[in-house]
Amino acid sequence: MTALTRPARPGDDAAVRPLPWRRMAGVTWRQHRFALAGVAEFLGALSVWLLLIGMPLHHAYAAALACHPASSSACAGLDGAFQGMDNLMAGPLTPGGTLLQAVPVLIGAFAGAPVLAREMETGTFRYAWTQGFGRWRWALAKLVALAVVLTAAGAAFSVLVSWYYQPYFATGRKQSMVLGAYQTSPFTWFNLREVAFPAWILIAFTIGALAGMLIRRVVPAIIATLVAYAGLVVATGGLLREHYLTPLVTTSLNVPGTAWILGQWSTKDGRLAFAGHPSLSLINRFCSSGPAGFGKEGFSFQAVAQCLAQHGYTQWTSYQPASRFWPFEWIEGGWQLALSALLIAATIWLVRRRAT
Amino acid sequence: MNVVEASGLGKRYGGTWALRECTLAIPAGRVAALVGPNGAGKSTLLNLAVGLSAPSEGVVTVLGGRAAGSPAALDQIAFVAQDTPLYKNLSVADMIYVTRSLNWRFDQPYAQARLDELGIPVKRRAGKLSGGQQAQLALTLALARRPRLLVLDEPVAMLDPVARHDFMATVLASAAADGVSVLLSSHVLAELERVADYLVLLSRGQVRLAGAVDDLLTTHGRASLEDLAMAYLRETTPEVTR
Repeated sequence: MTALTRPARPGDDAAVRPLPWRRMAGVTWRQHRFALAGVAEFLGALSVWLLLIGMPLHHAYAAALACHPASSSACAGLDGAFQGMDNLMAGPLTPGGTLLQAVPVLIGAFAGAPVLAREMETGTFRYAWTQGFGRWRWALAKLVALAVVLTAAGAAFSVLVSWYYQPYFATGRKQSMVLGAYQTSPFTWFNLREVAFPAWILIAFTIGALAGMLIRRVVPAIIATLVAYAGLVVATGGLLREHYLTPLVTTSLNVPGTAWILGQWSTKDGRLAFAGHPSLSLINRFCSSGPAGFGKEGFSFQAVAQCLAQHGYTQWTSYQPASRFWPFEWIEGGWQLALSALLIAATIWLVRRRAT
Repeated sequence: MNVVEASGLGKRYGGTWALRECTLAIPAGRVAALVGPNGAGKSTLLNLAVGLSAPSEGVVTVLGGRAAGSPAALDQIAFVAQDTPLYKNLSVADMIYVTRSLNWRFDQPYAQARLDELGIPVKRRAGKLSGGQQAQLALTLALARRPRLLVLDEPVAMLDPVARHDFMATVLASAAADGVSVLLSSHVLAELERVADYLVLLSRGQVRLAGAVDDLLTTHGRASLEDLAMAYLRETTPEVTR
């Protein structure tokens, strides 16, 4: 037997060297392999589904693009086939799009919230925090390792999502293939692209970790994460995102269809005439005879604006041009990274001071 | 050297003091029993000593003046908490791996040999072990760290008599063979009779009595530790007598 009743070794009271960080890799893997496997299966299943519905879509798009002459009825048929392909995933509000929007919070809530909440709920923190590794280093190593892995997985998955949507934004799209039913602005899928998507996974995970440490119970922490995340998504999409860069304002009636239009108003003689769309009475007064654009094709705001312009109205449009798409992605990714770092710091602070 | 030294130590939860004005010095090389009724502040004192919680007032140091919960203290203290928390979904082998990874010292051959001796299969998940086996696993992991101080919070409360006996035998064997100082809390007095040679009696968050068991018995003219403890608890805890 080893005799441990040795006299205090020289330097015994000196600070003990911290254990190397890499030791947490195996610990984290063993403890969270089920959660990580679950995330892998979930994203894997979604990837297979995207591939299955994406390949016919790409084929139909390629066929329609290659068709000559474009005005022939055969080509129109191919265009129609392409546009009819997709009724599940056409936009963020379709069932498929909604599911994809929910992926980050599902991963964040179910992988992030239990990390600390389960330790608190089952009492295993009393084991973990009294080992030589030290409790705040233990928590930091775990959270950072998991955050990096989940964010990377999200980034890989978002590449596939972008591949799926690519026909809708392809520069080679023919004029005849105007996607009337779809919004063609790249901002429409903003959340699902390569920067924003993994960033939202990261933020969901760190919200989950902090909620778990605050609430100390798994299920309430998951619910709190879902609620907090939904609030952040709504606030970001509804209030914050449009202000990342100062919107452009134009009086041109030909705002590109790919722009993200934030607001429209019209002036006459230097004074505000109306905000948004003109009233029906105004249209009837000036434009009842109807220039081109009215009639059997129905009502076009563009045509109305042209008509009103002839009567001295100036239409103003504030918008974010499509060219700002990537700067916006990086701005969103940037503040989310910063906020995630703050949330992790707050979590570690709680771990350090938490009394039992 | 004292393994635990407290001075004016207190811990308040909300408006209630769980421990108050606690001053004591537990010498090294002992099996010290922390005794008192439920709610006396035993777990609070142990949590403070291992650094899981921070004092509301006063100071507690361990192993000759190291701050409780500091890296130097954690390196040499092994703690088995109440109800022996383990990661229930990890296998025994994984628990060994995790404990080895989180500490500088880990005596793998010792852990292996003890688990073999106990008949605990390393591939089984910790949650599938019996209560006695879980307690033994937690104790084995703690002892394999080769600590200088072993702290046990109500280690046998949930165990049947046989498991209780086996557990205590292991603790005593390491105390004797490896010179590990032991601090354990219990409200089961009979269990401590055979093992403890140092006593700290707590009630209502205050230290009532502390000292070597032999000295205390002589001074107070009592035949057994149980007698002594009961006498003190009756004096200081009226509700026990009624």
